[in-house]
Amino acid sequence: MSDKIFVKIKDVVIPGELLAEGMTFLPAGRAFRKGARIYAATIGIVDVRGRVIRVVPLSGCYMPKKDDLVIGRVINISRSGWAVDINCPYSADLNIGEVTTEYIDLAKTELSRYFDIDDYLLARITDISESKYVKLTAKGRPFRKLIGGNIINVSPTKIPRIIGKEGSMITMLKQLSDCDIVIGQNGLIWIKGTPQKEMMVAQAIKKIERESHLTGLTDKIKIMLSGKK
Amino acid sequence: MTKVGQPPKLIVRGKRLDGRAPDQLRPIKIKAGVVPNAAGSAELSIGDTHVIVAVYGPREVVPRHLARPDRVYLECIYDMTTFSTSDRNRPGPSRRSREISKVTAEALGPAIFLEHYPKTELDVYIEVINASAGTRTAAITASAVALADAGIEMRDLVCSIAAGKIDGQLVLDLFEPEDNFGQADLPISIMPRTGEITLLQMDGDLTKEELKKLLAMNQKACQEIYKKQKAALKEKYEVKK
Repeated sequence: MSDKIFVKIKDVVIPGELLAEGMTFLPAGRAFRKGARIYAATIGIVDVRGRVIRVVPLSGCYMPKKDDLVIGRVINISRSGWAVDINCPYSADLNIGEVTTEYIDLAKTELSRYFDIDDYLLARITDISESKYVKLTAKGRPFRKLIGGNIINVSPTKIPRIIGKEGSMITMLKQLSDCDIVIGQNGLIWIKGTPQKEMMVAQAIKKIERESHLTGLTDKIKIMLSGKK
Repeated sequence: MTKVGQPPKLIVRGKRLDGRAPDQLRPIKIKAGVVPNAAGSAELSIGDTHVIVAVYGPREVVPRHLARPDRVYLECIYDMTTFSTSDRNRPGPSRRSREISKVTAEALGPAIFLEHYPKTELDVYIEVINASAGTRTAAITASAVALADAGIEMRDLVCSIAAGKIDGQLVLDLFEPEDNFGQADLPISIMPRTGEITLLQMDGDLTKEELKKLLAMNQKACQEIYKKQKAALKEKYEVKK
């Protein structure tokens, strides 16, 4: 049997579309194998590296992954920690021991001193159990409460584009706008600066999200931001 | 026996009342991504039947006891607008809309990787804007596009169409008078890659041979619909230069 590949790199594929035939190829990302054939599982872009065929999704909600840096909102305070909404179908837990190393007498301390309900914070996912119980940590740098500023919501599939190659896009955004910007893998972005600058960055990010498929986007954004300065 | 308003003949000189050949579909238009607030959406019109589908989720299950530990809770809600029929349609769920909601969820379920989204809920809201027969098949076809648009992991899309018998002849894609006064109606939905049937209903009487012929007719038409679904999705996501 001859092994064959039916798509090219950067092709847009839809769920159930045949990508390749034969056991020499391996499915990765949002691709799956059925018998000897490999199909796409979501709408996405094809990436072929050697024998590995990957489908990079173009749409979809955030699904938590271990070691992801996320921005969350505190939705509940429990006896020994917080429940955090991390913009995904599962709520996450942040235990008091994952926030500070100092001793805290739970009988005497109000946990809202650290994080109150509706506070935004930056944290890392440390563990996701089989039953989708998500655990967070926020100990040390760069984790912190995000005070003031603005939160904007973008599609989690576009986050890599907003960060850019080796952080090129985000570094440029920070430099040109003098804003403090924090990106969560879960599609939430926190921007803090003067109101005008915050608005400018938000517009730039929305533009990146809309035009993520175009090349030369970094230069375009550069012109857009420096023009308004 | 003739019913009120029944035309004397549904097939005149080999052609149907709207001028179609027996195995001809009504013109179909599908567009993906029409509801900005939804995770995914689609609009479909086939002849005078017009539906809009919006998909939300996967999200937290409400009420919580409906959550399944091993899979997503798939909820379809089929609703006809008050102005979608010639007589005003009473708003709110009815016996018929609950049935269609149920069969739609069951028709879409096999195509979705339900187990990839445990303890979550996936909502598919189907709104019929104008009804002229074939709303459940239009709903399923549009829902598959909306689910794919939402980035849900799926084994395949789902295509759906009805065929039936009018004036003793087997025809594809019944429209309103044919649906009301025909002898049989057979909506099916399939997964086009494998041809597996996910919905099969029948209204009226058919012989075994007729049933086989209609199934073949439906399978062929579904492949045609699949091409339209594919084109709609690619149109939204393909790079525009």
